[in-house]
Amino acid sequence: MAQTNSYRQSSNGVADESPNMLVYRKMEDVIAHMQDETNGIPVRTVKSFLSKIPSVFSGKIHFFIVTVKRLEALHLGTLMAAHGYFFPISDHVLTLKDDGTFYRFQTPYFWPSNCWEPENTDYAVYLCKRTMQNKARLELADYEAESLARLQRAFARKWEFIFMQAEAQAKVDKKRDKIERKILDSQERAFWDVHRPVPGCVNTTEADIKKSSRMKQPHKTRKSVYGLQNDIQSHSPAHTPAPEVKEPTEEEIRDQIQHWQAQLDRHRLKMSKVAESLLSYTGQYVEYDPFFTSPEPSNPWISDDITVWELETSKEPGQQRVKRWGFGINEVLKDPVGREQFLKFLESEFSSENLRFWLAVQEVKKRPIREVPTRVQEIWQEFLAPGAPSAINVDSKSYDKTTQNVKDPGRYAFEDAQEHIYKLMKSDSYSRFLRSTFYQELLQAKKKVNNCTYHCSNNPSRTG
Amino acid sequence: TCEYNYVLSCISCEPRVLSLQNILSLILFLLPASALTTGIYMIFSTKPEMATQEVQPNETLTNLKAESDTLKTKLEDERAKLHDVELHQVAEKVDGLGQFIMKTRRTLKGHGNKVLCMDWCKDKRRIVSSSQDGKVIVWDAFTTNKEHAVTMPCTWVMACAYAPSGCAVACGGLDNKCSVYPLSLDKNENLAAKKKSVAMHTNYLSACSFTNSDMQILTSSGDGTCALWDVESGQLLQSFHGHAADVLCLDLAPSETGNTFVSGGCDKKANVWDMRSGQCIQSFETHESDINSVRYYPSGDAFASGSDDATCRLYDLRADREVAIYSKESIIFGASSVDFSLSGRLLFGGYNDYTINVWDVLKGTRVSILFGHENRVSTLRLSPDGTAFCSGSWDHTLRIWA
Repeated sequence: MAQTNSYRQSSNGVADESPNMLVYRKMEDVIAHMQDETNGIPVRTVKSFLSKIPSVFSGKIHFFIVTVKRLEALHLGTLMAAHGYFFPISDHVLTLKDDGTFYRFQTPYFWPSNCWEPENTDYAVYLCKRTMQNKARLELADYEAESLARLQRAFARKWEFIFMQAEAQAKVDKKRDKIERKILDSQERAFWDVHRPVPGCVNTTEADIKKSSRMKQPHKTRKSVYGLQNDIQSHSPAHTPAPEVKEPTEEEIRDQIQHWQAQLDRHRLKMSKVAESLLSYTGQYVEYDPFFTSPEPSNPWISDDITVWELETSKEPGQQRVKRWGFGINEVLKDPVGREQFLKFLESEFSSENLRFWLAVQEVKKRPIREVPTRVQEIWQEFLAPGAPSAINVDSKSYDKTTQNVKDPGRYAFEDAQEHIYKLMKSDSYSRFLRSTFYQELLQAKKKVNNCTYHCSNNPSRTG
Repeated sequence: TCEYNYVLSCISCEPRVLSLQNILSLILFLLPASALTTGIYMIFSTKPEMATQEVQPNETLTNLKAESDTLKTKLEDERAKLHDVELHQVAEKVDGLGQFIMKTRRTLKGHGNKVLCMDWCKDKRRIVSSSQDGKVIVWDAFTTNKEHAVTMPCTWVMACAYAPSGCAVACGGLDNKCSVYPLSLDKNENLAAKKKSVAMHTNYLSACSFTNSDMQILTSSGDGTCALWDVESGQLLQSFHGHAADVLCLDLAPSETGNTFVSGGCDKKANVWDMRSGQCIQSFETHESDINSVRYYPSGDAFASGSDDATCRLYDLRADREVAIYSKESIIFGASSVDFSLSGRLLFGGYNDYTINVWDVLKGTRVSILFGHENRVSTLRLSPDGTAFCSGSWDHTLRIWA
């Protein structure tokens, strides 16, 4: 857990709930609506062959309080069942089906929001107790019998104690009213179906390890269902957790103030402008989005044909790809073939030093830190030093700053110069490129790139 | 009582600048109920008598806190002033989206436990995935063949990334480190032998990403920090402090020129950072629980987040605010992972209720719900050319959807 800088400003003053609790609360809201006296689901006693089934509701649920499509409602219902909020009365597997199956609500005592972490000793007591009852419906399932056998081996030493507990529990159960017993037995079974699920079923009590440290609330976790004391004392009942949030230091608050001030000084755009920009971007790129416009000839994942990938690796850019370079300078810089073509065009005009400088600076930032000082010197010599072979023009301010930076060269030595050059390229070289015959012909797919037979006047060496 | 006191000083300092929004946020701030009635009284009276009774041991601290809160409120006001329209209103003029046919096109089986993370190779077909049992697997997702496998010395490998060259992968988790494994063409070679430890944190590694080069890695950790590392030497190039709790996710801005990235954490904040200076340049705090995933909108002007509060949100950097919320009453489980389609029109969200919801980014409506996984979806990423996206799940499998 992060201990440094734990100035946690809770934006609405409500105590931070762990992510799991958040979901439990929402499920419990749904349960509350389902159990509502007037608008909820009718729960009733159903007459069955030779007996009555108390306190059930039918799986013919078409919607919860929230109107959703059937498939979604069933999925959400299955999840709530898997978490143990209600259960099918005659199945260990916790799902919700839209048939005549009967379900029963779980008692709030067993809700997951009570932070249950039942021990294996409790499970042993439970399974043992079940074997003591002579009802066919309470017979152990195969996986339960296997678990019992395993637990007997694991707890061999204290089995007598466990057996006694089981007996005691069984006695208490016998004293209960028959109907009440039926209900409680099923609820208890459902509880164990959540915490010891049928093999192959999802264990919904599994936690994301990144969040589990926050979910452990020692004062709240309940580990024993049958009042067993474990060898290890898991918690003290009077224990209160130390407050997680440290009081912020003066320095931290001063930093915060500086931060807010900087934020206030920022220039912001109106929502309307921003919305238009988002709309126009998606509009422009929708023809490149395979989820909207099928790639030519086909989407490899759907057709199993990889032609589209083979075309992309070839040096001949398709018309659509060339068109994209015109959307903005970033597009042509991002695409390796685009960069190549842009560079070729600039070389033909003997004005490639800007782009070459920009590319070289990008390269430096990608190199291991060990290589940086040498590379910086090389770039300086090539592009900026007095008498440089590929001299570039930067404003005097950037030039001075760069001169300083080069003395103690870091990865960002040329940052100011690079920014200046980028702006220059954007307004000058890039627009020339787009207007050039070279680019226009690529766009109209009139020639093949490989042959380099573009129409540029002063370049006799490039006929081919 | 501590909180109560500095709210009071806030009121007494500037009784006149209370806009409706301020009042509402102050009311919320004064819960639980016992303080509520007194709180309301305080807002509407001009001279709060009770302020003098409780003496703060440190007056400077109280005043500073008050100043900080006033600035924060002012910032919220400034942001609100430019809120002249909602995104979905402007989007009314755009055509609605029809039905999409999105199906699982490949299922990758082979992990023995929960899949926690995955990343695509630039070649558009290979992926790397990591799992709770410590295994990191490189697949050719197109053929579903496994090409490499490494067993990490720790369980819960929560982060993995493919190098831009396609020649290495990085991964880490409960070992608090990020390690790089060069991938050799010789399938028999023991990858673990060439392992290079790059990043060292003081808590679990939650995410990692190569920058546009094999030589630098950006990491985020449960220790509340992010960091940039030089792969060759293992040197820390820059660290990023500002989150008040575990950092769970990060994403690099897609710009060719920019040096920024966004991170999300358990403190419910999404922070935008300058890689060069280490400064947090923008911060957003509107989620109600942990932010599990952040991803830039393809233009780099905005980013989306997925949270345990069951919502996904869109934040625009130019408007400096949240501009859309993607939520439904029926979605109550957290979103673990989000990504955009290539044009930014669709937002794919993997959720803890085992489903993937597809959202219309502009209109704010849900376009599709995809069933298939049998346990939580933990990771989701669009392929580099946007032809498909991959989801990884606690059900031990990965699925490719198109």
